[in-house]
Amino acid sequence: MIAYTVRRLLMLIPVLLGMSIVTFSIIHLIPGNPAQVILGDQATATAVANLEEQLGLNEPFFVQYFHYMLDLLRGDLGTSLRTNSSISSEIWPHLAATMELTIFAMVFAIIVGVNAGIISAWKQNSWFDYFAMIIALIGVSMPIFWLGLMQQWIFAQELGWLPAFGRGNPRDPIESITNFNILDSIINGRTDQLWTSFKHLVLPGIALGTIPMAIIARMTRSSMLEVLRSDYIRTVEAKGSRPISVIYRHGFKNAVIPVLTVVGLQTGTLLGGAILTETIFSWPGIGRYVFEAIGNRDYPVIQSGILVIAFMFVIINLVVDLLYSYIDPRIKY
Amino acid sequence: MKKPVLEINNLQTHFFTDRGEIPAVDDVSFFIREGEVLGIVGESGCGKSVTSLSIMGLVPSPPGKIVGGNILFREQHSTKEETENLVNVSSKRMRQIRGNKIAMIFQEPMTSLDPLFSIGFQITEALNNHQNLSKKEARKKAIEMLNLVGIPRAEQIVDEYPHQLSGGMRQRVMIAIAMSCDPEVLVADEPTTALDVTIQAQILELMKKLNREKGTAILLITHDLGVVSEMCDRVCVMYAGKVVEEGDVRTILKFPKHPYTRGLLRSLPKMHEKQERLYSIPGNVPKPGSITDGCRFAARCSEVFDRCYKEDPELLTLSEGHTCRCFLYEKEGDVQHV
Repeated sequence: MIAYTVRRLLMLIPVLLGMSIVTFSIIHLIPGNPAQVILGDQATATAVANLEEQLGLNEPFFVQYFHYMLDLLRGDLGTSLRTNSSISSEIWPHLAATMELTIFAMVFAIIVGVNAGIISAWKQNSWFDYFAMIIALIGVSMPIFWLGLMQQWIFAQELGWLPAFGRGNPRDPIESITNFNILDSIINGRTDQLWTSFKHLVLPGIALGTIPMAIIARMTRSSMLEVLRSDYIRTVEAKGSRPISVIYRHGFKNAVIPVLTVVGLQTGTLLGGAILTETIFSWPGIGRYVFEAIGNRDYPVIQSGILVIAFMFVIINLVVDLLYSYIDPRIKY
Repeated sequence: MKKPVLEINNLQTHFFTDRGEIPAVDDVSFFIREGEVLGIVGESGCGKSVTSLSIMGLVPSPPGKIVGGNILFREQHSTKEETENLVNVSSKRMRQIRGNKIAMIFQEPMTSLDPLFSIGFQITEALNNHQNLSKKEARKKAIEMLNLVGIPRAEQIVDEYPHQLSGGMRQRVMIAIAMSCDPEVLVADEPTTALDVTIQAQILELMKKLNREKGTAILLITHDLGVVSEMCDRVCVMYAGKVVEEGDVRTILKFPKHPYTRGLLRSLPKMHEKQERLYSIPGNVPKPGSITDGCRFAARCSEVFDRCYKEDPELLTLSEGHTCRCFLYEKEGDVQHV
């Protein structure tokens, strides 16, 4: 297991290198003069020359890449063209906001999806099964912006139970330590802020978690149905084990691999920033940050955003792969 | 003569499918005495496996259901005897019996063990379901069981996973799991079918040994008459969901009465006779539920006559402990009303 983990970590190096080359090339893939494109048609020649200087575009390609990598290794993602501040410090709060929302959404999706899938498979063709699968079908097919708006209308507007926008009360800002509001309010010992932060998470979290939940439920169900028919489940039953042990310990553990794959992919997608959800709920996440940068043609920010998102994907895949081999003793690459 | 430990009376297990009700087991009766090996023989699809699953309470439901008859399990406590009808007991009580008093091993050792759990875990799981053992004791017992079923390096194997073992070894592990709680009855559903011949012999020998040493009664389900002659005290021949002949193994093998049993025996290759072609009973086992009138074997029988298509023969007692379901013997025996 340790040897495998080390090997998998070493395999990350070429992946990360490839990733850096692709993101680095983005700016060079702009047709024409990148500096001219960034500044627009009306820009003066001096401004263009200054920007070229600033971005290091007047140096040879490999020298540029070398500098870029050197900066990356120092944790320096460059400077935003619009705000002129360091991207590294600017991107983190957005990333943390997205991560917090993603974690909430995925925890919701996994708890509800997995259990609904398991019970549906166990009680196949029961009313619960039909009901859960209809909900799941609606869940995968529902446009997320519509769901978000309906939630805001019902739970924020009409019932007034939950806040519709933002991460917390702007008049009572949370003292930032990690930029995870839940974590920060716990560290600061502010239960009132913890409650507020939690309430702000609920609507966007559920909106964001609905599609993954539906996919997880369907995947769990089909995987469980296959496993529950297998010979070894009958063996466990023949031992006189309780249904809970048959279903969860043996059944679900054997059914979990495809579910884990889906969870990994969905988590990666959500971490990439759910622009729709973040926009509807005014959530200051990485999706919106990059989206705005695209509008502003802030190429260093776009570059960094893509790099960070790709990096998250790689890490999640790594975790999922390690979990595979932890769960299934037959998987050793 | 020893008392029956398990008695199946008029068992009917039906499957309710889209194509209608299918009687997979139709009015089957037999019993098995303490410490005895009873063979249940028949072609594929004759209801052997469903019978064994019915005993274990493991008939997949839906679509399967025991619709009639009873399964009496007699348990000897220190002073008194207790008989339970396994068809009626609660699911909780059934779990206490399953794997503890009545254990089962299956046909397919390659897929019968959970691939994600160690051998040791799978044995101790059976123990923990029925006995209060500490972790250490359970592990010790697991190693002991592995030694009992003749697995070398038991101390290491206990921490290994099923994919690291061969088919024969896995079947030994299955037997170790089944025997771990010292059951009164071991139901073995074609335990050697998936194994090659030398391993078959070893597994049969092991079962015979456990039967002798531990006094466990074995219900051996097979289609292999060679296995029957080697292992069993008594035999029960099934055809299309019904018992057609039953008796002790020597009688059945030497003096088979039912045309089906005779056909089965004729289909075996013989050592001392030169045969151009191996005999086979013409036709196939009818689909359960497809024959409603007359004897189910009539269409394939070499001695069929008119009556066979009209009436269903009853089980006749031919001699002490030998019964047969065929009109040919009506003069010889008396009708046994079951």
